[in-house]
Amino acid sequence: MTPSLQVFLIVSAAVFSIGLLAALSRRHAIFILIGIEMMLAAANLNFIAFWRFNPQPKQPIGVMIALFAIAIAAAEAAVGLALVIAVYRHYRTTNVDQLDQLKG
Amino acid sequence: MVDYLWMIPAVPLGASLVILSLSNARRKSATALAVIGQVLALAMSVLAFAATLQVPGFRAVRNFTWFTFGEQTLRLGSVLDPLAAAMLVMITLVGLWIFVFSVGYMAEDKNFTRFFAYLSFFSGAMLGLVIANSLLLLFIFWELVGLASYLLIGFWIERPGAAAAAKKAFITTRIGDMGFFLGMLWLYGRSGTLLFYDGGNGCLENGGLAMLGTSPAVAGFIALLIFCGAAGKSGQFPLHVWLPDAMEGPTPVSALIHAATMVAAGVFLVARVYPLFLLGAINGVTSSLTVVVWIGVTTALMAALIAIAQEDIKRILAYSTISQLGLMMVSLGVGGVAAGIMHLLTHGFFKALLFLGAGSVIHGCHGEQDIRKMGGLRGLMPVTFVTYAIGMMALSGVPLFFSGGWTKEEILHATAHWPRSHAPYYLMLAGVVLTALYMTRQIIYVFFGNPRAAAERAHESPRVMTMPLIVLALCAIFLSVVLTPAWPWLHAYLTGEPVRFEITRLLQPMLFISLAVVGAGIGVGIWIYRKAGVPDRDRPAEIDPLEYAQPGLFRFLANKMWIDEFYEGTVVAFSWIGARFSDWMDRYFWDGLVRGFGAIGQLFGTFTASVDERGINAGVDETTAGTRGLGRVISAAHSGQIQTYLGAIAIGMLALLLLYAWLA
Repeated sequence: MTPSLQVFLIVSAAVFSIGLLAALSRRHAIFILIGIEMMLAAANLNFIAFWRFNPQPKQPIGVMIALFAIAIAAAEAAVGLALVIAVYRHYRTTNVDQLDQLKG
Repeated sequence: MVDYLWMIPAVPLGASLVILSLSNARRKSATALAVIGQVLALAMSVLAFAATLQVPGFRAVRNFTWFTFGEQTLRLGSVLDPLAAAMLVMITLVGLWIFVFSVGYMAEDKNFTRFFAYLSFFSGAMLGLVIANSLLLLFIFWELVGLASYLLIGFWIERPGAAAAAKKAFITTRIGDMGFFLGMLWLYGRSGTLLFYDGGNGCLENGGLAMLGTSPAVAGFIALLIFCGAAGKSGQFPLHVWLPDAMEGPTPVSALIHAATMVAAGVFLVARVYPLFLLGAINGVTSSLTVVVWIGVTTALMAALIAIAQEDIKRILAYSTISQLGLMMVSLGVGGVAAGIMHLLTHGFFKALLFLGAGSVIHGCHGEQDIRKMGGLRGLMPVTFVTYAIGMMALSGVPLFFSGGWTKEEILHATAHWPRSHAPYYLMLAGVVLTALYMTRQIIYVFFGNPRAAAERAHESPRVMTMPLIVLALCAIFLSVVLTPAWPWLHAYLTGEPVRFEITRLLQPMLFISLAVVGAGIGVGIWIYRKAGVPDRDRPAEIDPLEYAQPGLFRFLANKMWIDEFYEGTVVAFSWIGARFSDWMDRYFWDGLVRGFGAIGQLFGTFTASVDERGINAGVDETTAGTRGLGRVISAAHSGQIQTYLGAIAIGMLALLLLYAWLA
């Protein structure tokens, strides 16, 4: 028994919202990164779900897109973490409230 | 029964997750959860074990589809057969007593709850590995076992040694796992399935083997690649270097790693995929099995030699584990699969007993691990002494009353009948002498003579720690009942043959040989070390008698044959040179290219700048003034706060969504 498409979409929307909330409200740069990863995961879940429920699921398009997205997410996480480390070394903090040097 | 088999690993894993979510102060709940999880797993394992007793050679599998990818279907499953059932009971039983022991041993640790979460996780991962009916599922749990060992070896993460040992264990076993993974891919490419048993189509059954059978060499290579993984996990030469360093973890962890989980996984894996090793065998000999035999012989002898010259009570036991694992590999290699697994099971009991005994000694000596500083603990820690002596005799292979003796004999028996060469048999006999020798040395140093520096304020451990010792010691003795040649019940159970009782088979020539060999080992040990720890003629007390007689040889062995240094000088140095080269390429070659392009751009920039400066600046200035005014207004929105931007993006996205909904 597989749950219906709506269930997947609701779960994905929930994960996305939690990720967004984390990205918007946490002060620690790492947690913001985690929030972004969660939003990406929600998008991936959507890809898989729509692919799974489309009338011709033989062609693994959805999975391929999700795999690419995962690979890109990994690259993004690597760059993001490297940035966080660089920022921490430079400013001795990862609290994004204090990182406002780009203020206009 | 097989339908519910998944619950056996699931219970400890679930317990581990719950414990992880507890706060650090909830020590009692953490203990209760971990122990109850283990008791439940033990109860279910015993039920599973009982189910396998119905018919000889019982085997039940349950497979399910994990996912479908295009035309390919990936299936996983669980299997219940005598091999799995015997391992299940051993792991949960030994694990349970190690858990109980840890309650006393770790009582003063500030991360008590985390420790029990990891222990449960370790045990659950190992149980999952045992019941896996798919090489892929086995590999998944295999890696979980690796992760758990990493977390537990590095449990005292604030010690640099522990952190380094955890990394070393993880990376060294990963080298082996690489081979395992390649072998698995190759096997999948050839046979199209990773299920072990699948109604005749699994990769260990005729259906799958037929697809490999056209080229036995390929099957041999696949088997050897999988053996790489087993060698890494089971500490076989040349990947054994992580095992002694793993002693940095808390002692119950060492007991768990060396007895019930982790190192048992490698031997179990070889036994599980044995049909792959045996494919194309002539008279039970294949080239892959021959490699297994010689790796095992090398490991067993090397580790036994090194153990003689170690000073740390746990390190001696670690090398003895490596040596015993080598013995098991030899047994598997020469065709004595049942003997190897039986030794694995009995070894699980008595090695857990020895490690917990060592833990009790260390606890009593207030954290001292150097055997030269102990001595005379016989009277101060009587329970520990008696149980430790039982473990020592089981490990040395004293015949008749101790389980280890019977299984060791079974292995020697199998090795003696190997058609290709008799050398492994004689080398294994030498290994038995060495085992008895280093265990005698350890016992004399720790328990006999006068109490030295660390032993003066020693005390017997609390009941919660001595109880597991007593139970495991009884197991080490009473397990013999099902092992003797007169009634080889366990052997018959594992191979699926009928069993009958025949008292005359009890006395075989092999028995007297091993009696003589073990006696020689212990006798020589007593003679060499009779004055260990006290000054003798011109030898100071702290010098080992063997070191006094053979300083060069002793240093060679005490430094672990310089294998670590050798790796440091070769593998580590090579990768360091590679890293330096890449760094240099990055810094000078690629950076130089970039700088070159930069210089070209700069030249061009200077040129255009001069054009620009002489061009019409006034009109531009006018425009800029206007833009600047506008910019000042807009820049108020530019707060520099990344989360404000994120919020704006989110609101924009929401607005777009609303617009879309409205238009549609």
